[in-house]
Amino acid sequence: MNKALEHYLLRLADTALTQSQRLAEWCGHGPFLEEDIALTNVALDLLGHAKLLYEQAAEISDRDVSADDLAFLRDVDAFKNPLLTELPRGDFAYTTLKQYFLDQFNVLLYAALKDSQYEPLAEIATKALKETRYHITRSRDWCLRLSLSTDEAKQKIQAALDDLYFYTPELFETDDDLNQLIAESIMPDLSVLKEHWQGQVDELLNECQLQVPKSGWVATGGLRGEHSEHLGYMLDDMQFLQRAYPGCEW
Amino acid sequence: MYSQGLQDAKGGPEPEGLLKAFQKRIDNEEKIEPRDWMPEAYRKTLIRQMSQHAHSEIVGQLPEGNWITRAPTLKRKMILLAKVQDEAGHGLYIYSATETLGITREEMTRQLLSGEAKYSSIFNYPTPSWADMGAIGWLVDGAAIMNQVPLCRASYGPYARSMIRICKEESFHQRQGYDIMTTLARGSNAQKKMAQDALNRFWWPALMMFGPSDKDSKHSVQSMQWKIKRFSNDDLRQKFVDVTVPQAEHLGLTIPDEDLKWNEERGHYDFGEIDWDEFINVIKGNGPCNKERLRARQKAHDEGEWVRKAAEVYQQNQRDAA
Repeated sequence: MNKALEHYLLRLADTALTQSQRLAEWCGHGPFLEEDIALTNVALDLLGHAKLLYEQAAEISDRDVSADDLAFLRDVDAFKNPLLTELPRGDFAYTTLKQYFLDQFNVLLYAALKDSQYEPLAEIATKALKETRYHITRSRDWCLRLSLSTDEAKQKIQAALDDLYFYTPELFETDDDLNQLIAESIMPDLSVLKEHWQGQVDELLNECQLQVPKSGWVATGGLRGEHSEHLGYMLDDMQFLQRAYPGCEW
Repeated sequence: MYSQGLQDAKGGPEPEGLLKAFQKRIDNEEKIEPRDWMPEAYRKTLIRQMSQHAHSEIVGQLPEGNWITRAPTLKRKMILLAKVQDEAGHGLYIYSATETLGITREEMTRQLLSGEAKYSSIFNYPTPSWADMGAIGWLVDGAAIMNQVPLCRASYGPYARSMIRICKEESFHQRQGYDIMTTLARGSNAQKKMAQDALNRFWWPALMMFGPSDKDSKHSVQSMQWKIKRFSNDDLRQKFVDVTVPQAEHLGLTIPDEDLKWNEERGHYDFGEIDWDEFINVIKGNGPCNKERLRARQKAHDEGEWVRKAAEVYQQNQRDAA
């Protein structure tokens, strides 16, 4: 079971870390001060989740690794996040919608993981859920603000939706390891989660009066370590010091 | 007479009686609050100093924000992210306090972007190495604390109160910087070198943070009288040197000043002459990163325009619908 668990913990941790990394790029560059602070706040929360998840993954791993080793010394093909979270930060509409899709997923996921048969994960989920509820309030509000205000904002968020929509099915992908964990009630059935997620998302997009794109390339591969071109550059940046000065304390 | 030459907002002389009463309140250590009468020059001095302070927090996000995506561990990344966020929070806090003096945040932002308003010259130096995160926390935040602790007792209430909160966070910032330096100084040769190099680059700019020498400081006398300022630039600078030199020794790092020497008689460290030409040049806009920093702020402001507009229009729509 440990192998499957480690795999899933890394899926969750890598998702939180890559999302946090993109949000952190806004620090000092936000559209106004309050929002600069809010974006950083969400980045910090996600980084906190990532840290807890990596620590747990390191703890159960057969290999002698630390949480930092997992974050800073794995290459692209070992990262398991969905492609959605490695996409560049884009403009504020793009960041907002990306965040909303993930928040909507995380709210449902962590609410379910709270009852996980695997106690350490249930504990992390309880903490993460509290914070994610704040995140979704914010990202949802911003989706509405951007969609129902000026033509320019509406165009931008519609363009973001066109680009991002088909990155979302990947959030619900599973593999043999995950299916095993679902069978053991360690994680929820993602197909059930997907129905809830879709319902909530449809409702909001409808309220926003946005047009869901009809077709597009459907992202896949993160769980298998198959990523876009963007992740390499992100890791390049993030892992620079650990790679350039191996074996140091920081 | 302390009131000589003070003009009101219309350029006329300030009423003598009010001025006397005002100074008396200050001498009695009473706080001046936004609705109280105050001389126009007091208001202007505060707006200049406080907005400069707020701008410094905001521009100060940039040299450190530069390393958030590259911080070497999860813990360091969290601390740095939280620290830079604190700075944004300080900026917000001080902008709000400054608005109580009758200036809007939009106007202050305009002044920053047009170059009319200044910010601390230290943020015009680059941060090419991770050790700079240590040096900034240790030296720059250390110097800021020296400057800011007395401001907790500044005569203007909103400023003093905001500084109390800010100083608490600054001392955490200073400690995390020193902690980075300690780790590097105890680390590999490359890390020690990194730490020494950061100290070499940030030492003199940190000393410059206390402003011009007392003999050249044009705002000092009046500000002291109004208790916006409690200690002279040179006194604070000396205090900073006295506190910091033993810390550097503890780290096993060398302060880049050949004239630095303990003076038994004075009970203080003697130190070399600051390169004031460099200081003036950086203030004038010719530091290594002045253009870059302002350009980054301008870019964020321009790119945020449509977002701010959208928020405004949405709010108006909501109000109209209600």
